[in-house]
Amino acid sequence: MQTHTTPLYRRRKLLNRLVMAACIGATLIGFVFLFAILLTLVTKGLSAISPSIFIERTRMNGGGLGNAIWGTFVMTSLATILGTVIGVAAGTWLAEYGNKGLLPKVIRFINDILLSAPSIIIGLFIYAVVVVPMGSFSAWAGVLSLTVIIVPVVIRSTEDMLRLIPNSLREAAAALGAHRWWIIVRVCYSGARAGILTGILLGFARISGETAPLLFTSLNSNQWNFFNLDSEMANLPMTIYQNMTINAFIPDLVSLAWGGALILTAAILILNIAARYFSRQRT
Amino acid sequence: MATPQAIQTGGGLGGLSEATRRRLQRKARIDVWFERTLFAFAFAVLLLLGAIIASLIASSWPALERYGLEFFTENRWAANVEVFGALPAIYGTLLTSLIAIVIAVPISFGIAIFLTERCPNVLRQPLSTLIELLAGIPSIIYGMWGMEVLAPLLRTWFPSVFPAGTGLATAGIILAVMIIPFITAVSRDVINTVPAVMRESAYGLGCTTWEVARRVILPSVKGGLVGGVVLGLGRALGETMAVTFVIGNNLFLNTTLTGQGTSIAALIANQFSESDGTQRSALLALGLILFLITFAVLAFARYLLRNSTGRHA
Repeated sequence: MQTHTTPLYRRRKLLNRLVMAACIGATLIGFVFLFAILLTLVTKGLSAISPSIFIERTRMNGGGLGNAIWGTFVMTSLATILGTVIGVAAGTWLAEYGNKGLLPKVIRFINDILLSAPSIIIGLFIYAVVVVPMGSFSAWAGVLSLTVIIVPVVIRSTEDMLRLIPNSLREAAAALGAHRWWIIVRVCYSGARAGILTGILLGFARISGETAPLLFTSLNSNQWNFFNLDSEMANLPMTIYQNMTINAFIPDLVSLAWGGALILTAAILILNIAARYFSRQRT
Repeated sequence: MATPQAIQTGGGLGGLSEATRRRLQRKARIDVWFERTLFAFAFAVLLLLGAIIASLIASSWPALERYGLEFFTENRWAANVEVFGALPAIYGTLLTSLIAIVIAVPISFGIAIFLTERCPNVLRQPLSTLIELLAGIPSIIYGMWGMEVLAPLLRTWFPSVFPAGTGLATAGIILAVMIIPFITAVSRDVINTVPAVMRESAYGLGCTTWEVARRVILPSVKGGLVGGVVLGLGRALGETMAVTFVIGNNLFLNTTLTGQGTSIAALIANQFSESDGTQRSALLALGLILFLITFAVLAFARYLLRNSTGRHA
């Protein structure tokens, strides 16, 4: 009997072809959209890029993005440092001590919720607990809101990475007489270092593009602010946002915004690629 | 360092010199404090969520108290006459997210099935990496593209449907583009957890690729796929910058698909800096509503995902 000629077989084969064509079509549609975005970014952004864009501060008639890039760098770095301390400590507790009972489960669940909570809510929260009592928008508030966003990321990756360390290593160290904290610091961290660093790097990339939480915390300014955390600090996402909305009638500022968008996206993509490369090297 | 004697004498440190005993006791104390410190940080996560909810309730209380249930039924948001209704924003938030899910799910599943089942081996890794990288692009970039490229295109191509180019449907499309990489990455990971043996045995019975996907793979990872979609929905609900640019920011309830409207996040982003008093409190009340909606959605997603796979961003 020749199965490949029966109507049923032909129908199944046709259906398979159609669905697979649809899948390829979906892939094409998806990538076309995404490449269209990247292409727009490059074509509109590249013309605005020049050495002065990194050096000059923002002005109403154009200028550069130097102060915004610096501000983003300062706030993101501080938030990453704070977030690393908090996140690694909490993640270590979850992985090393939080095996039994309800509490670790609840903390883990809450952390997962915070991991994908809308960032604008975090901004509102910091506004209510930091900006209102302080009486003014400040870089501190911006740093804290970014910290709240990065902490769950670091907790998650720290816990996941520490769980990959085999128990036999801990037991071996314990058998040699090491105390528990010493085992964690010397054995577990050195094994999980690459993974934890990758998580931190990904978190750093994520918060450097966040705009919504900065709307009500650090706000923006067109002045240089090198390290005065008590006052407003310029930052790249907010500068892009303002140039595209309230200043959209000034062509120079719009093209500056596209330049900034290109710089921001390129930086984030490079950080992501570096994080991947780094984790692959070490594991 | 503990010496062999310490092990032999067990808990009582009797046979040790005074100095060694003190050193061991100090190390044991560090052990206790180390754990307590770590625990304090972990517990802070719990406090953080409590603080977020408490501060949102406290700062939105004036508005909620003044407007009561009217806050949810009033169909316009007019700051000049101090009438604040959450309905247009809630409608916009839910509708744009729904449109985004309807567009993004088939495309994402299509890409995921292509990547896991049909993609040539050379392309599989690069394309997967690309999808993950694209998931990291900041949302403000999507918003800018929507405003500068997509909205004008829609206005030129379909002037009768999109007279202004911007609107609820445009925001839905932008959100879809934003969450496609995300849902795709989660679905691909979930599908990859299906053991090769299951695929092979189905192929061995003579199934076509589609039959394997439809009858073997998708049913066995259903929970994970739905979890990924709901997680994507959670993102779409709270997305601010991508939506703010293209939704049109019309503050009256407009129950059409393509008309201009607003969403909770967009409304907050637009009005917060120039508001005070009751208006600010009303905006914080919107924030509280948004948080409660996303909390419910994310909790559901986590519940579904926990039962199917290990970790997802």
